[in-house]
Amino acid sequence: MERILRLSGLEPLIATKQSNFVNVGERTNVTGSKAFLRLIQEDRYEEALAVAREQVEGGAQILDVNMDEAMIDGTFAMVNFLNLIASEPEIARIPIMIDSSKWEIIVAGLKCLQGKGVVNSISLKEGEEVFIQQAKFIQSMGAAMVVMAFDEQGQADSYERRVEICARSYDLLVNKANVHPNDIIFDPNIFPVATGMEEHALNALDFFRATEWITQNLPGCHVSGGVSNVSFSFRGNNAVREAMHAAFLYHAIQHGMNMGIVNPTMLAVYSDIDPVLLEHIEDVLFNRREDATERLLNFAETVKQGKKELVVDEAWRAWEVQKRIEHALVKGIDKFIEDDVALCLPLYPKPLQIIEGPLMAGMNVVGDLFGEGKMFLPQVVKSARVMKKAVSFLQPYIEADKNGEIQKAGKILMATVKGDVHDIGKNIVGVVLACNNYEIIDMGVMVPGNQIVDRAIEEGVDIIGLSGLITPSLEEMVKVATEMQQRNLNIPLLIGGATTSKVHTAVKITPNYEGPVIYVPDASRAVTVAEKMLGGDSKAYHDTVLEEYERIRAHHELHNATKRMVPIEMARKNKLMLDFSKDTIVKPRQLGVFDGKIDVETLIPYIDWSPFFRSWDLHGKYPEILTDSVVGVEATKLLDDARTCLSDGIKNGWFHPSYVYGIFNANAVGDDIEIYDETKQQVIHRSIGLRQQIEKTSGQFNLCLSDYIAPKESGIDDYIGCFAVTSGDVTNICRQFEAAHDDYSSIMIKAVADRLAEALAEWLHERVRLTHWAYDNTPLNNEELIAEKYKGIRPAPGYPACPDHYEKLGIFNVLNATERIGVSLTESLAMHPASSVSGWYFAHPSAKYFGITAILEDQFLSVCDRRNVNKDEHVSWFPFMKK
Amino acid sequence: MTAIEKQLQDHILVLDGAMGTMIQRYPLEEVDFRGERFASHVSSLKGNNDLLNITRPDIIFEIHKEYLAAGADIIETNTFSGTTIAQADYHLEDAVYDINFQGAKLARDAADLFTDKPRFVAGSIGPTNRTASISPDVNNPGYRAVSFDELKTAYKEQIEALMDGGVDVLLIETVFDTLNAKAALFAANEVFESRKIALPIMISGTITDRSGRTLSGQTPEAFLISLQHVKLLSIGLNCALGSELMEPYLAVLSDKSPFAVSAHPNAGLPNAFGQYDETAEIMGLKVESFFKKGLVNIIGGCCGTTPEHIAKIAQLAKSYSPRKLTHGTNS
Repeated sequence: MERILRLSGLEPLIATKQSNFVNVGERTNVTGSKAFLRLIQEDRYEEALAVAREQVEGGAQILDVNMDEAMIDGTFAMVNFLNLIASEPEIARIPIMIDSSKWEIIVAGLKCLQGKGVVNSISLKEGEEVFIQQAKFIQSMGAAMVVMAFDEQGQADSYERRVEICARSYDLLVNKANVHPNDIIFDPNIFPVATGMEEHALNALDFFRATEWITQNLPGCHVSGGVSNVSFSFRGNNAVREAMHAAFLYHAIQHGMNMGIVNPTMLAVYSDIDPVLLEHIEDVLFNRREDATERLLNFAETVKQGKKELVVDEAWRAWEVQKRIEHALVKGIDKFIEDDVALCLPLYPKPLQIIEGPLMAGMNVVGDLFGEGKMFLPQVVKSARVMKKAVSFLQPYIEADKNGEIQKAGKILMATVKGDVHDIGKNIVGVVLACNNYEIIDMGVMVPGNQIVDRAIEEGVDIIGLSGLITPSLEEMVKVATEMQQRNLNIPLLIGGATTSKVHTAVKITPNYEGPVIYVPDASRAVTVAEKMLGGDSKAYHDTVLEEYERIRAHHELHNATKRMVPIEMARKNKLMLDFSKDTIVKPRQLGVFDGKIDVETLIPYIDWSPFFRSWDLHGKYPEILTDSVVGVEATKLLDDARTCLSDGIKNGWFHPSYVYGIFNANAVGDDIEIYDETKQQVIHRSIGLRQQIEKTSGQFNLCLSDYIAPKESGIDDYIGCFAVTSGDVTNICRQFEAAHDDYSSIMIKAVADRLAEALAEWLHERVRLTHWAYDNTPLNNEELIAEKYKGIRPAPGYPACPDHYEKLGIFNVLNATERIGVSLTESLAMHPASSVSGWYFAHPSAKYFGITAILEDQFLSVCDRRNVNKDEHVSWFPFMKK
Repeated sequence: MTAIEKQLQDHILVLDGAMGTMIQRYPLEEVDFRGERFASHVSSLKGNNDLLNITRPDIIFEIHKEYLAAGADIIETNTFSGTTIAQADYHLEDAVYDINFQGAKLARDAADLFTDKPRFVAGSIGPTNRTASISPDVNNPGYRAVSFDELKTAYKEQIEALMDGGVDVLLIETVFDTLNAKAALFAANEVFESRKIALPIMISGTITDRSGRTLSGQTPEAFLISLQHVKLLSIGLNCALGSELMEPYLAVLSDKSPFAVSAHPNAGLPNAFGQYDETAEIMGLKVESFFKKGLVNIIGGCCGTTPEHIAKIAQLAKSYSPRKLTHGTNS
């Protein structure tokens, strides 16, 4: 049978033996592209479509779409994105590859394709029955399928296993599932070579041989793979990677591979590869010499561009002083700045001119580099530290000179709104703006709206910037905007912080304030926005923003209409019914409430560093981020600083990690959970549960946390845990650093404290799982912990499984957390100190994290009823309610 | 091999012509559409031609007989809008089973009266009035007025009733959105599996204009590839274009299709008053070009065609051999 690939979008894609390699575009993949993930997370689908369009224009013949990411609703994102693609003839021209490890996403995606696409992927992982069933479904939906060389025993890693699994898969597909051989695309696993491990020596060769065997023995089918895997051990050395991709691809095609994922920007031309390098690479690919890997590694060092500079280069100290100041600012070196500034004093008639002259010139260079993406946030904050130090050195001289008044670019008031204590992001923005010559009035955290407005009027500020991290802060920002309107202000209002979004700003805040309201996604945009707002064309800029937000509002209303919700009564009927028995319920060793303290060293191995980098606007996963070609160097420096901060913290006792947790008798009553005292005589708290109301496909349930606890009517004893942890209050330490003009260290301490609180939560959960409650007996490594591979869950109020912050009150109450570990709740129910975590423990082996993005009013009314609260007062806790 | 497949080996089979054009020849009023059963129905029913299967079966039966007498080998049931989705406009979702069952029975009874040569009944399955891959709202391109699953459910109900009424073939026609057709195919497959009987399926797409694409944007070849996962009896084109303009696109299908190829074009393009005025003679000449080039296995008429057109086409079809069935690959 002839090998022909027939697929379609709006137009046919036909590849025969005579055709070239079929290239799959891979940038519309949230697991492979951080930029794309961000667009999807932030609901920026128009920009996401632009990524797809670039792929098509760049010559992709098939478009791979992957939405597998825990933080997004993958099914919704897949369906929405495919529907949007269908409306773009330029993109929809080519066939779609639905790429997911989740079957429900594949099914939902297939239902959006009018053309013949590809499913990526299925395999024998879960046995023959599931495999055949899935293949039949894909066939009847008119799609081709990528089949991974994976079976019940695991992934094929040798020639023999690849052949065995592919042959077995082929037989089942053709003879049992009625799949046409032309619709089978094998992916026989491309693994890295030159890893230094003996067992990887044959990785490329085995792939080539298996590809050849499949091509010769399994008629009609295709062979595909993700090429960039092969060069994994040369991350950071693009010259070698590009050559290796080209060489691998060249030989793979010779052996019969006819489609795959290749990043065209990471690919050299085979014939252009330096012959010596090529020989070294091919020695590795074909395992031609014992020492092939070692030789390539050594050789690779010589082709590496931009080797790391280890010697501290102080040659710049010989430059002229203005140039030295610029250098110190750009590099963030504060060691000599005071001396250099002092040297300037006799050179300038007025001390102020040193600031307006060389210092501002240096900061402009920093601003430009930052704008061009050549500097990263942590560097800019360090530059600011140098600047502040210089300015404060000059301050006495300026004051002595009566006429001195610094011409500022503008006055900006910044505050974290009432009820919220998070200020890392706000401080970063403040520093960046200050670097750009804005005068910053920072009102700190938990600032009531009327005070913000009073102060803004009093100081005559040009811009107000609001920040907040927890969801109730969103409501608070609306209140501030309303207050500004009532007092007839027209000061531009900038909105930022982790839970804020352009959509929220456009939909909820803009309508309440006639002055300009602008969402600032991250610190790097703050300067541009401020400049535009205060520049000559501010009116035109404001109009464009208004127009854009109007469009977002309109889109949001329609978008909301398309996400289907069901009445709460129907959702309750579709609850998850679990098995509650001896197999699933483990009696804890001891009930009651316990607290304690722990040292920082114990927690260090439990730190998840990825969110730490995110708080500095460096996006990527740890540890890969350290070798990232763009931000790797900065990320490494930042991590070094964090480690220094940790050891300084340990030495000086900055952090005081402590915890409290309790294990209680509990039963589910409807959507709620009753928590009992030790004798089971008395209800000490009733936790009010929220249930998902999004319409589910059959086999999917409308989940509520109470589904994981045995219902009261079953008569079965069940248990729940509650916990609260903190790394202690670092406010005073941070103030000391701020007073010494070292915002960088202040921000760093807070960021590290946040990580420690999360690490403590992880450590405590493990202890409870393994020893105290002891329902689990598998210790996991940190990567597995981060990937949430443990049994049971520890959801927290204010997070997706329970967006209702109000539930924190119950947890704090039953634990007596304020008294025991000194963590309190603000009026917005934020935890103080900010570096704290609280939540519940659910031990049922089937308990999984899930998300509630919205509820309907019927459920809200039911909650008010059960909580016995006034609905008009309570509604502000439910910004996620849809009317 | 089914009886109809056998016939296709040696003959160009003739499909009937338009139902709507023929119904317009009768002076029907609201009361005719309502009949006794729907006398007090909430909404106006005039124009709901499919409902006549229940309320004026005499007329539909008569039209079927006229086409059979004109020489049609295959007649289509009067069920083009017989889905809960299309009937929702009239609030007649509950009547869908009867519309299809009675529609199938009428055609069956008529066909069985003609014993001179094998006659077949094709259950007509229209595209519904909603598109699964196009948003009806230009400002919200991600929105869909109907989902794959909703279409599948609606098509299943229609197919069950058509099969109960005794059709020989299913004809998924006037496909303007391939995803709708995929849902219909999926539905048919589910019904076949549960009944352990499979009927032959004909699919006919609509190229909307000279862009050479379906309404949902596919080229004829992409359209074919998208539906090729099911072993079809035939694939072809109908409606929208007259024979002349349809020919180049038909040629693509004829060249690439591993299945039989069908065409039932309109009687030319509509004039300023929306009427089709290509006579039987003129249309015959144009259709003859299909035969000469060996493009088709099944031929018929869509909007504006009458028993006169079908008689002319049937007479011409007799003197030509059908398109060779060995064309195309990947069968």
